[in-house]
Amino acid sequence: MTEVRTEIRQGTYADSVVLMQLQSELARLEGVLDAGVVMGTPANLELLKSSDLLSEAAETAGTDDLIIVVLAESEDLAIQALSNVDSFLVRGAATQTDDYRPKSLRTAKEMLPESNWALISTPGKWAGEIAREALDLGLNVFLYSDNVSLDDEVSLKTRSTSSGQLVLGPDCGTTLIGGVGFGFANRVRRGPIGVVAASGTGIQAITSRIHQLGSGISQAIGTGGRDLYARVGARTARQALDLLARDPHTEVVVLASKPPEPAVAARLLSSALRIDKSIVVQFSGFSPPASRVCNLLFARSLSEAADLAVDLADGQTSTTEDLRRPYRGGLLRGLFAGGTLALEAVQGLAPFLYPLFSNLASDLAEPLTGQTALEGHSILDLGGDEYTVGRLHPMMDQQLRIQLIEKASLETDLGVILMDVVLGSGSHPDPAAELAPVIGKARNSSGAEFLVIVIGTDEDPQGLAATCARLEEAGATVLSSVTDAVGLVASMLSTPEELTGDMPGDSEGHPVGLDTLGTPTAINVGLESFYDELVEQEVSAVQVDWRPPAGGDEQIISVLKRMRS
Amino acid sequence: MNIEQANEIAVGRMMAAHPVLTGVARAGAVIPGLEQRMLLHAGPPITWDRMSGPLQGALIGASIFEGWAESEASATEMLAGGEIAFDPCHEHQTVGPMAGVISPSMAVYVVEDDNHSHTTFSNLNEGYGKVLRYGAYSSEVLDRLRWINDDLASTLHDALTASEGMDIRALLAEALHMGDEGHNRNKAGSLLMLKALAPSIAEVAKDKGTAQKVLQFMGDNALTVLNPVMAACKAMADAADGVEGSTIVSCMARNGTDFGIKLSGLQDRWFTAPAPTPDGLYFSGFSADDANPDIGDSTITETAGIGAFAMAAAPAIVAFVSGTPKDALNASLEMYEITVAESDYFTIPALGFRGTPTGIDIREVVELGITPRVNTGIAHRKAGIGQIGAGLVRPPIEVFTEALMAFAQQYDI
Repeated sequence: MTEVRTEIRQGTYADSVVLMQLQSELARLEGVLDAGVVMGTPANLELLKSSDLLSEAAETAGTDDLIIVVLAESEDLAIQALSNVDSFLVRGAATQTDDYRPKSLRTAKEMLPESNWALISTPGKWAGEIAREALDLGLNVFLYSDNVSLDDEVSLKTRSTSSGQLVLGPDCGTTLIGGVGFGFANRVRRGPIGVVAASGTGIQAITSRIHQLGSGISQAIGTGGRDLYARVGARTARQALDLLARDPHTEVVVLASKPPEPAVAARLLSSALRIDKSIVVQFSGFSPPASRVCNLLFARSLSEAADLAVDLADGQTSTTEDLRRPYRGGLLRGLFAGGTLALEAVQGLAPFLYPLFSNLASDLAEPLTGQTALEGHSILDLGGDEYTVGRLHPMMDQQLRIQLIEKASLETDLGVILMDVVLGSGSHPDPAAELAPVIGKARNSSGAEFLVIVIGTDEDPQGLAATCARLEEAGATVLSSVTDAVGLVASMLSTPEELTGDMPGDSEGHPVGLDTLGTPTAINVGLESFYDELVEQEVSAVQVDWRPPAGGDEQIISVLKRMRS
Repeated sequence: MNIEQANEIAVGRMMAAHPVLTGVARAGAVIPGLEQRMLLHAGPPITWDRMSGPLQGALIGASIFEGWAESEASATEMLAGGEIAFDPCHEHQTVGPMAGVISPSMAVYVVEDDNHSHTTFSNLNEGYGKVLRYGAYSSEVLDRLRWINDDLASTLHDALTASEGMDIRALLAEALHMGDEGHNRNKAGSLLMLKALAPSIAEVAKDKGTAQKVLQFMGDNALTVLNPVMAACKAMADAADGVEGSTIVSCMARNGTDFGIKLSGLQDRWFTAPAPTPDGLYFSGFSADDANPDIGDSTITETAGIGAFAMAAAPAIVAFVSGTPKDALNASLEMYEITVAESDYFTIPALGFRGTPTGIDIREVVELGITPRVNTGIAHRKAGIGQIGAGLVRPPIEVFTEALMAFAQQYDI
């Protein structure tokens, strides 16, 4: 009669390599048919179940408990097998390296005073506290652990942005700093392209392809999957962009993310737009404003992002004529005659101006609550049914636009009026003649900028050149496409944010020192394989022989916390 | 109350202690509270019925030595019946290795800490083999004790007086540079003591034969200096004791049944748990099955930052603690994780003359799950057989956890 016997050791943490060794030693014992040695995570319990090793006792185990199970030919053999566990564990420990393994981060830092990074991959329950200690010790943090609470992430990142340190993660799988890979990283040559990305595999895909295309990576900075959540506010991504903007070895930047929250994307893109380097943006599930906006190129896939970055670095392509203008602030009033042009303007500007209101039905814009109640930035399609009741289409009749221009020019925070003028047969015979005086007057009284997209040809009856000249005389900037307008408007109106520490509630941000991007010296807490990788890359590193504090006893931990405060 | 500050004060006092061996005196005449018909013993308080073989044997031997009892049977009856009282050495400014039994007429070393005007005591080491501290009390043992008590004690006292005392802190600092760690290895320190006192011994001994015998006895016993060292460490630990709000360990001691500790900030309170059996190497013919649970006050050395804490200074004895010289370094490095200071006086050449890890903070012990290392001799579980090996032992974590929770309660944390 076979017997499954389970032993649970509460609050015992051991490296998986040790567990595997123990498991194979148990399985080799006479009379033992199978053995399982795992930490009691849900995934591991499933694993035991699938091997028919899951007993009732094992089901009660927590994630910090070590579960040891043997399936033996008899109860006696099972008990006997389990009695060997301690001696196997001791033997495993004796074969470990001879160098002292510190038990605490504090001691590790004393042993390696020049260390500037902590790699943390302990169970998430403990990782936040360890990261906090690492920040206290002046270290930047690569936080591989998952299951760190959002509250913890916000508090860690609030702290690190104010002190000028980096917290990459939680759940950050990959990073390349100073040519050294943290976590799961591909071996790529160094080069002119810097990467900021939320996802580990995203970084791996981009950096590998850049390498394959013959170029290389200056830095690849992982931010963790939740960095672009509204509450986190892309704190790490913005720090990383700021660093890469200043890094003399980075010529081109790739900014990639899982679907960002629109408000956060707007903040991030507004910041990116003001950096003096070409930036390839790849946000999954995100509707790009155009393929190019000033220094920003929008890629639809990770591979395309890599391709674009390499082309930019090689000078095979360049960003378009730089239409950026200094920030002036104020609100946008888009007054469009053409519905499709208006929609394109919504699509182009929504990523920068958040929130953007429109009467057009679009996922990107907030609906207007009333026809004329203009809240925030807005783009109106004046050809919409609600505007054309009892009135000619604005292609032919400028009256409504003139009224709205006059009305807008009375608003105190008007920044830019963006409009279209569409020429051609059937349109108003001379729209510039009607609009130019109104523009001139409104411009003088309000100080706002007027951008006019003129659509037409030199053979149109209204005359393209004459129309443009007339509008320019009135002080308007004449453009030939919505895309051009997007760059101009975004640079003038989107909120220019410091890339560091500007979230509500943040204290003044402190920029991260460029020396952070040098060859790292690291302390590893958790997965031993990360330490081995560092050593293989000839990085000075110390492995912390970490165990849950006070054996994981919550009551004692809380007493200890109070005794230290 | 600020624990960090309190600990700094406590460990500062520990290191400021300046223990000097000034003489030898009758225990009953100098040890505070040592009454007639009272014996002192190692470790935390214990009742007769819970005592291990070596401790019972030593108490019986001392009762016979004092002439209170004539036989094992009568001594046992008196001890079990309360006619002869017994009390921990530690509660009388005293420490003793192994059973640590001291009776009123025994000679004891007098160690004076002139910086804190505090005096501590320890008995005279009897050497190896069948000795009282392992529970032996045959006539051979008692005869040696009498010689120690008379000729050795008076010669040493006169020699110490003539040489104006011996600075134990300075001696230890030097011995640590000569391969001692001050607990299991005292070869260098014992020779230093012999060297320091030999001229005076030659001068003060009542005759040539006595001088010869005293010098021979001290030179043959590599543990000669252990007892004054322990008294010196007791002085350091006592200096650190009683600091309001301090989480520093001010005492660690074992009675062969229980392992006990005290905290500076919770003066006079013992926290105990069953003493573990040391893990070590055995002399041939003995095994772990013969071993008594850990016993003796000699853990006062680790309490004061030497012994296993200074293991890196004593590569010669790494075989006792499982291996290579690197293991010895690692043993000391580990202890830095649970201590708050590095000794100003005791340094370790192999660690770049880093001060030894000093002042055990129970918060670190409990948080990191690292209990203090202790180098120790291993006693046979039967009285009178003696030392059967040496090795490493760690106090049970429970005593530290219990002390931590009691501290939190006491200070309303």
